[in-house]
Amino acid sequence: MPTTKTTVTVRIPTPLRSATDGQSTVEVEADTVGDALRALTDQYPDLADNLYNEDDELRQFVNIYVGDDDIRFGDGVDTALDTGDEVSIVPSIAGG
Amino acid sequence: MITTESVLEAIRRHGTDAYPEEGCGFLLGTVTDDGENRVTALHQAANRRAENRERRYELTADDYRAADAAAQEQGLDVVGVYHSHPDHPARPSETDLDEATFPGFSYVIVSVRDGTPDALTAWSLAPDRSEFQREDISPRASEVT
Repeated sequence: MPTTKTTVTVRIPTPLRSATDGQSTVEVEADTVGDALRALTDQYPDLADNLYNEDDELRQFVNIYVGDDDIRFGDGVDTALDTGDEVSIVPSIAGG
Repeated sequence: MITTESVLEAIRRHGTDAYPEEGCGFLLGTVTDDGENRVTALHQAANRRAENRERRYELTADDYRAADAAAQEQGLDVVGVYHSHPDHPARPSETDLDEATFPGFSYVIVSVRDGTPDALTAWSLAPDRSEFQREDISPRASEVT
């Protein structure tokens, strides 16, 4: 039986589009959020420093949504994806 | 950063209204072919910090999503953020640098002294995240008198 690949759309915030050839969305094949982000940074390596810290964890201000759901309230980067899901990279902002 | 005097005035007004707390929100607009942010509208937001709002501000991921939706409705994108510095200079603080998000956003800071807007500046995070670099603020040509 051939396995069916899960294709999802990743939405890229405006300032990161300089690393994705100007594209606001990128389609990747992945079964989990973590795999989708790895596929994205494999395709566009310049994104990696903006998404991950020195310990290879998502930066604190980087929030990932699948549809309208924050993955922190699901299974984190292990959150499963279905074909057609929209994965959004959403910054939260703070300062003094 | 390219913008209009009316946008800058609205940022000053929000800083004044929020005084002595920090006011904050999003810059909406487009990115030019040269990679410069052209700000044409604001999306005001509430300062979500639970305490010490005189010295700190916070915009949540849901705030960003609301601003992004508002931008899309106008055919725009979120291209930056603004916040006020009550009785402090209009330059990024250590906290601003520690908590900075993505290079490529414009960060506008307006100083508000005794409730009156003072200097207004724009900055962007260096690609290596080591510092904020000053951005020129260019009024749109049609508004230059």
